[in-house]
Amino acid sequence: MNGRDIILGRIREALRRPAPAPHHHGHGADGAGSPRDWLPPVGESFDERVDLFARNAESLKATFEQHSSLESAGRRIAEVAAAEEWKRVASHSDPLTDQLVAPLAAAGIVALWTDGGYEAPALEECDAGITTCEALIAQTGSVLVSSAGSGGRALSVLPPHHMVIARRSQMLPDLHAALLAIREKSGEAFPSALSFITGPSRTGDIERILVLGAHGPKKLTILLVP
Amino acid sequence: MKSSDTKPAGGFRAMARRMTADLVHRALIQKGLSGYYSKRDENKARYQSWEGARELAAQIKYDAVNHLDKMLVEFADKIAIRGTQVHWCPDGASAREAILGIARANGVKSIIKSKTMTSEEIHLNEALEADGYGVFESDLGEYIVQLRKEPPYHLVFPAMHLTRGQISDLFHEELGSEPTDSPEELTMIARRVMRRKFCGADMGISGANFAVADTGMISITENEGNARLTTALPRIHVAILGIEKVVPRLEDLALFLPMLATAGAGQALTCYNTLFAGPRQPGEADGPEQFHVVLLDNRRTELLADPEQRDALHCIRCGACLNVCPIFKNVGGHSYGTTYQGPIGSVITPHLRGLQDWKHLSAASSLCGACTETCPVKIDIHHHLLQNRRNAAKEKPVWWERAAFAGFVVLMKSPRLYELGLKLGRIGQVFHPLIDRSPLDPLRAWTGSRAFPKLARRSFREEWRKRKR
Repeated sequence: MNGRDIILGRIREALRRPAPAPHHHGHGADGAGSPRDWLPPVGESFDERVDLFARNAESLKATFEQHSSLESAGRRIAEVAAAEEWKRVASHSDPLTDQLVAPLAAAGIVALWTDGGYEAPALEECDAGITTCEALIAQTGSVLVSSAGSGGRALSVLPPHHMVIARRSQMLPDLHAALLAIREKSGEAFPSALSFITGPSRTGDIERILVLGAHGPKKLTILLVP
Repeated sequence: MKSSDTKPAGGFRAMARRMTADLVHRALIQKGLSGYYSKRDENKARYQSWEGARELAAQIKYDAVNHLDKMLVEFADKIAIRGTQVHWCPDGASAREAILGIARANGVKSIIKSKTMTSEEIHLNEALEADGYGVFESDLGEYIVQLRKEPPYHLVFPAMHLTRGQISDLFHEELGSEPTDSPEELTMIARRVMRRKFCGADMGISGANFAVADTGMISITENEGNARLTTALPRIHVAILGIEKVVPRLEDLALFLPMLATAGAGQALTCYNTLFAGPRQPGEADGPEQFHVVLLDNRRTELLADPEQRDALHCIRCGACLNVCPIFKNVGGHSYGTTYQGPIGSVITPHLRGLQDWKHLSAASSLCGACTETCPVKIDIHHHLLQNRRNAAKEKPVWWERAAFAGFVVLMKSPRLYELGLKLGRIGQVFHPLIDRSPLDPLRAWTGSRAFPKLARRSFREEWRKRKR
């Protein structure tokens, strides 16, 4: 008998005796409903959600900016690149990033494009990773990236500064909406990895004191464009 | 930290006594947890109803665990579609063998790990190292305890028992770094070391917090980004998880991810919550060529076979019950001598490793119920501790306990014997101070740390009789 049959046999034997259903104490839930009925509220209008995202980003120590045009976002990236003295930047090919990353070459910044593969040590040497995303989540201040749509698994986590370019239409109310959107977009052909990024990398493993930039980015910047 | 006594019960008692007297340890744990309490309460208060969320979470886990066979088959079939290899391992030995087999077949040299308690449970690192592989824990807390050759102190906070000074000394000795008292600098030292390991490792081993049945995915929750890198750079990714980790639908994570973060670390959501659906897919820039999922039973099905305690398999390993437990906060995580510490560990360890050897943990409780009240999936933790006490006594009765209770029953059934007992007790307590707390004191288990209550000069019955006259 193989492991699968052994384990499934044990489970079926064990489940022959039913377990008592969970006790509920009349909080109105009785174990029913949708997570949305209980989780933190997200507001009704689009503007409320953008405000909620902005508040969440601030408390997570991420930077969130709304730009009225792509040009304005591009100028901001150039400013940050100059201030942080970027020498190398990594990105992936996408209509948004093509337009925003290519001009950095004029400032002498070398670009690494992860599409089609790359060497890990080369990506590790980059000062920033610039990606698009699948969605922004107002409820939690999260950015959803995928291995298929955001330049692979490492681009958003290996360089010390992760910059995200998001369209206004990508702002979703909550995790529930984001998970539904993944399902609708993918069918069964899911990308191999999907990650909800909620603030820059952090740890509290030493005396429970917060330190940013544990293994991933020390900085997370989200630029919202039309 | 080795205990002098090899029997689990003796080791627990000796170490618990030592740790309880260690006031530096107590202050460190209390300080560490005080921030957690305030952040946790702040985030719970943002929920429309935390209690409603708990009830829904308990119901979803109940449905999953009570249909575990269907759930696992669906999960395994779905995740295999995209090229994942699923290994079903009935026990720790078969799981170790499966992972060693993957490493051998692929000429692996260096292995990087992100936090997985399941690998602690099956002593995977020892097995891999014995076979000649370099194994590196990448989670900061896990890396620290690995350098100290110590097991994790806490399910979620592995190194919370150490001061920055101890960690600085450790890094100085093991890595040659300059001493520092800044947690940030210490974190950056580990970051630099690990960056090299991530780029050089052939195989990444992770755990998983959830397995999603209807889409065939695993979900990993973390804050540091080390699990992201463990699963991005090496050419092989192995995820090891207990069979109870399954949830029915992808959308269920909309509830469990925030609840795990709030209960476990006092956060609204942890920094990285990552879903893995397979190895690198066509057209993707990176990711492992091979993705293996190791499903571990290791006596979880024995717990499943106990309907009274089946809900212990709802556990999402958030560690909330440890953080509120008055026993844990005083005896500390290492005293338990188990992979899973604190109240939930005391419930499940007797099922996973033998009731008679681990029944003493059922008494490592004040039965205050703080664990049950805080559990995000509503496991009836403190009642399960009582059930384990009952089951242990029923399975292997202790002769003197039975004799003592038989005597007690005789005494309580006979008013005359009861009164005689009271009278003798009153005489006895006059002489008790002579032997109080000495090895001759039959009440030493009590009097060692407390005063024994005095019998009243007259009992209620005597008083009643006197007044009726």
